[in-house]
Amino acid sequence: MKVRVRHFAALRERRGTESEELDVPAGVTVADLYRSLFPPVGGQSLRVMYAVNQSWAPPDHPLAEGDEVAFIPPLGGG
Amino acid sequence: MVGITPRPLDRDAIEAVVAWTGAGAILTFVGVARDTFEGRAVLGLEYEVYPELAVPEMAAIRDEIHARWPGARLAMVHRTGRVGLGEASVIIAVAAPHRDQAYQASRAAIEALKARVPIWKKELYRDGASWKANAPAAEAT
Repeated sequence: MKVRVRHFAALRERRGTESEELDVPAGVTVADLYRSLFPPVGGQSLRVMYAVNQSWAPPDHPLAEGDEVAFIPPLGGG
Repeated sequence: MVGITPRPLDRDAIEAVVAWTGAGAILTFVGVARDTFEGRAVLGLEYEVYPELAVPEMAAIRDEIHARWPGARLAMVHRTGRVGLGEASVIIAVAAPHRDQAYQASRAAIEALKARVPIWKKELYRDGASWKANAPAAEAT
């Protein structure tokens, strides 16, 4: 099952790219995917919000073929 | 009007969007790039945005403000990319029949933007840079 993942800010720098096309197992949740791409560093995990197809999504949102996924690190607008 | 732009923000143009003859007050908030953070010299800011989520979220905030303060009109524009010291990073203009509504709506709008709109800020120093998260908001009434 293919999904597109977009990265921003500190997560973009950590991953080294703005976006990726990934093949993930069916039934995986958005939080599962976050944990697999961004394992905790020094026991610490960045608190993120989730967006699927450019709308907010809860952590347990199951992904579907073709979804656009984004992990939203702590905001700094203003 | 809500949105994002890499261009310098035009305060007069943003105010003109909300101005109408039923307004007794127009209040404009300008967020500005500051030269220090906790005593450390800041050379400039760099803003990053998720546009496809940020602009609809800004529109939702505007619609909520309009519903909560009838007669209020709100415009909100945020800058993207590099912002020099003293330049505006965000401008929020509110026109309302009375000043109380304008003050309340303006405060609610900036707090909602900081909490909900996917925009990130990097502070640039002489010897590095760091992503800065917004502090949790003091409750705006």
